[in-house]
Amino acid sequence: MASDTNIHRWKIEKGRSGDVIFKGITVLFAFFILLILLLMVVEMALESLPAIRKFGGSFISGRDWDAVQGSFGALPYIWGSVVSSMLALLLATPLSIGAAVFITEIVPKRVGGVIIALVELLAAIPSVIYGLWGVLIMAPWLQRSVEPFLIKYGGFLPFFQGAPYGVSMLAAVFILMIMIVPIITSITKEVLLTVPASQKEAAYALGATRWEMIRIAVLPYGKSGIMGAVILGLGRAIGETMAVTMVIGNTPQISLSLLAPAYTMPSVIANEFAEASSKIHTAALMEIGLILLVVTLIINILARLLLWSVSRQKGRPVP
Amino acid sequence: MIPLTWRKVKNGGMTLLMALFTLTVLIPLVLIFIHIVRMGVSSLSLDFFTQIPKPTGEAGGGMANGMVGSALLIALASILGIPVGIFGAVYLAEYGGSRIATTIRFAADVLSGIPSIITGMVAYALLVVPLKGFSALAGAFALSLIMAPIVLRTTEEQLKLVPVSLREASLALGVPLWRTTLKVTLRSAMKGVMTGILLAVARIAGETAPLLFTALGNQFWGKKLTEPIAAMPLQIFSFAISPYEDWHRLAWAGALVLVAVMFTLSLTARYFGRSKQSGL
Repeated sequence: MASDTNIHRWKIEKGRSGDVIFKGITVLFAFFILLILLLMVVEMALESLPAIRKFGGSFISGRDWDAVQGSFGALPYIWGSVVSSMLALLLATPLSIGAAVFITEIVPKRVGGVIIALVELLAAIPSVIYGLWGVLIMAPWLQRSVEPFLIKYGGFLPFFQGAPYGVSMLAAVFILMIMIVPIITSITKEVLLTVPASQKEAAYALGATRWEMIRIAVLPYGKSGIMGAVILGLGRAIGETMAVTMVIGNTPQISLSLLAPAYTMPSVIANEFAEASSKIHTAALMEIGLILLVVTLIINILARLLLWSVSRQKGRPVP
Repeated sequence: MIPLTWRKVKNGGMTLLMALFTLTVLIPLVLIFIHIVRMGVSSLSLDFFTQIPKPTGEAGGGMANGMVGSALLIALASILGIPVGIFGAVYLAEYGGSRIATTIRFAADVLSGIPSIITGMVAYALLVVPLKGFSALAGAFALSLIMAPIVLRTTEEQLKLVPVSLREASLALGVPLWRTTLKVTLRSAMKGVMTGILLAVARIAGETAPLLFTALGNQFWGKKLTEPIAAMPLQIFSFAISPYEDWHRLAWAGALVLVAVMFTLSLTARYFGRSKQSGL
């Protein structure tokens, strides 16, 4: 009997030490995630240190990017990134919110389900394939049809001056818009689903039409979540690399014209990093990466805080 | 008071506008899909699956090395990324709840929004520079950094769906917590966890930016993990921006194969996810 209980105790002890070891392993792996994030920031900062030391603030304000002379100013890339993603966001936001409202509030659930499944499936298409379509189908179409039209009727504006190249800021804006619309739409849809039926019914009870119900009950309720979705879309647009690199024309210049080729921060990294000619060139590209990382970190933290506040209200995860 | 007819007209107008917006959202997406299928099907051939790319100017060739390379990169990235995701999720779901767990959760969410090209740069600094060369290993490492947070978040959601009573039943039978977690909790969440893994694989299968200066790409068959390796997304990229018609056709065929693989993965994932209540 005594030996029996001993075996028993031994088993319990073994279980306990197993518990400790197992918990230790899970803690370790969970902390990997934090570590990765920390590592990214530290590593990028360290690698870009030579460029930060050498150029200081003139790195951001400088327009000259010359690997041979060793002078690096990132303004054209910053300009290209800001303009392309802002314009894309400006176009994508109303479209996405409109589509999300249409899917959740107007069409029958079944139809909405089919549309959203289609949108989400297409959102999974990799960026390089958007780029392939952009450079072989969309850009030639822009060059043939859209840009001559814009030059003819909008040519008096500084935005539509110059020759129709096809690959241009305009092409980047369009491809970015097409790429971020599915993301904003599907997250906005999730947010709108958290609007309680009682809110909508209250609006209807006051005699509101459907649009009035959407305006006074649905949209205000989902406001912070929708903001989160839009900001997340902005983060995607700024960090988007392959598709933009393939259609923007990769010319570091600051032009008001949407028809002119431009360059973005991720694109210059994609094009030059593997063949960087000198240590300082690599460091300069790393600094562009660091700026990109810090900006997208801030954007993502903001977006997640907004989206988390929604999921906490409802206790339902919002992707 | 605003007259009712005007309000009704406005209601109708806004409904129409939103329908138009939805259509505008769908048209380019559908167009892209149609183009991929049409151009892809007309460019596909048996050679595509058996040959490596031909030199510039020669017709024919395929992406066999890219397909094998991509499969290898995905497998390696999975070996590195999935355990981190799953065990990290076990911590969050089974032991977490404290502030530190929330922080990790938040970090995972933020991490999945970081541009993938940054992941590539970090992998370059950590692996390519010390190993003195571009390698399949560095590429897989970069992909695993993208994979881990996705697996972590989906696994955690699935573990939370497992009823507490199930865990308690196992514990009451004297099974230690760690065995309960492995044999009961994780096993009952298996379908959901698989969904998460499939979605993560679908995501990294098309990633190009993090491979640009880690795996680098290879015209031929890579022999060692410490050498540059070909990958389909990289081949699609370089063929698409080349001026040659033949290479464009290869890029379209590659796009079709890649999209077909990804759709199969995410449809399978959806099928798995549907049988249980999914977090999405």
